[in-house]
Formats: sequence, structure tokens, C-alpha cells
Amino acid sequence: MTRTRTLRIDRIACTGQGLCAELLPELIDLDEWGYPIAGDPAVPDRLRTHARRAVAACPRLALHTDDDPA
Amino acid sequence: MTALALTGSPLWYASRASGTLALVLLTATVVLGIASGGRAAPRRLGRFEIGRLHRDLSLLTLVFLAVHVVTAVLDPFVHLGWAVSVVPFTASYRPLWLGLGTTAFDLLLAVLVTSALRLRLGVRRWKAVHWLAYAAWPFALFHGVGTGTDTRLSLQLWLYAGCLASVVGAVWWRLAKAGPGRVTGRLTAALAATAVPVVLTAFLAAGPLQPGWAQRAAATTILAGSGR
Repeated sequence: MTRTRTLRIDRIACTGQGLCAELLPELIDLDEWGYPIAGDPAVPDRLRTHARRAVAACPRLALHTDDDPA
Repeated sequence: MTALALTGSPLWYASRASGTLALVLLTATVVLGIASGGRAAPRRLGRFEIGRLHRDLSLLTLVFLAVHVVTAVLDPFVHLGWAVSVVPFTASYRPLWLGLGTTAFDLLLAVLVTSALRLRLGVRRWKAVHWLAYAAWPFALFHGVGTGTDTRLSLQLWLYAGCLASVVGAVWWRLAKAGPGRVTGRLTAALAATAVPVVLTAFLAAGPLQPGWAQRAAATTILAGSGR
């Protein structure tokens, strides 16, 4: 059984600093006001380290990854 | 022009040099923290690069701070003892002014620990402690000016002035770019950015730049009898 990891953006905490899109452009785009949009929240295995870095870099800790049992 | 007296142990030179470097690095860290906290985004650099630089400079500050503390304690000229490195205002040498440095060190240690545990603590608790860094910087500055034996050197004075101008400049820049709201916070920042240079200049004129400062600094204590 593999567990899939998904991105979750806390819209209330997010202030649109945009570090996540700099560190994880494969998964996160910015809207015209600089707030992140995650099209497909599933994190591929090859991007796990990058996702972890983006989570740690968020100044508001508004980006999370959740492990979902598949 | 003041001539450097080339006497004293190498530890003493190492302590002075690392203390000064730690202040410069702490200033750079604080400036980056102030400048990157607002809405304004740098054009050529990524925001994450500024964040990394802020973190790496802060760690480098602590490395030099560790060297500063260890060499100061080991130096045979002043018998400090290890307790002085974490318990403020108990030193036998310039207790009040050395105590400010110890306080700054303690505050920075708290900031280090909470930043390392940031993901577990949550942003609110982390931020509450991270504010202490703003207190640590003026403490470190006054510690350097009051304790440092190099304060009278014109180059050292220019260095203090540079540190002060950088941080005050960063505060005003951030305030100029700030939007509406948080009036209390912005007023406090503006007041602090005005007060610190005024108080420092007055202190320099009244204290370290006057003759006999070494005797007076040795006698200043917070609690009567805490200095030996």
C-alpha cells in the first residue's frame, strides 16, 4: 500500500509572500495577487524533498503536506 | 588617533574581534529580517533566497558569538566563570554592561531553539519568541559600546554608526512601504527607531567617551552587591 502525499494551503494563514511557488514551481502557481494555486495537490515522489523545503520555508507556515492512505 | 596597545593574551584579541563580527552579522540578519518581513518583494532575488540568507547569517552570528563567549571566559585577565555566559548581571567585570550582552545571548538562544522547532510550535508561538530578536540587537549594541575596550577607536565608532544606520534605515524603509493598519505596531517601530540612536548618542557622550569610563563601568551594577 502506498501513501500519497498531498499539498494543503491554509488560505486564512497565507499572506501571499510567494516563497512556495519559488521553491515548488512544478506544483504551485501564483494568482495575479501573488497567492498560491495548487492545481493538482498530489505530490509525486520525486518532488517530496522539494515539497518539504517549501513547507519549511513558508513565513506563515500556511503550506502543509498531508499523508493520505491510498 | 588612538594607538592599539599590543599587549594582552591572544584570547582577548579573539574575544574583541569575534564580538565585533557577531554584532556586524547580527545587524545584517536583523536588517534582512526587517526588510523582508513586509509586502515589498525584491526584483532580482527570490524571496526564499533572502529567507535562507537570513537564516544562514543568523547561524554564523551564533558561531562568532560562541567564539566571543568562550574566549572571553577563558581569558585570564578577567575571571568570569562559565555561569556568566548565561546568567546576566552577575559578572565581576563591568557587570551591567556585560549583563546586556549575556541577555542578548540568552534571547538569541531562545530564538534559535524556537526557530529549530518552528514546524512543531506553530507560527504564533514561534513568532512570539522571534520578536525577542528585536530586543537582542539593541542589547548587543549597548553591550558592545559599554563593555568594549575598543569603543573609543574612531573606526569602531564608525562601525557602530554603520550598524545603527543600517537597522534604522531598514525600519524606515519597511515603514515607508507598509500599508495601512497596525498603527500601534508601526508607531512603536518608528519610536524605537528614533529612540535608540538618540539614547546611544547620549550614552556615548556621557559614558564611554568620557575619561574614567573604565572605573565607572566597573562600579555600575543593577543590584547593590551583585558585583564584586
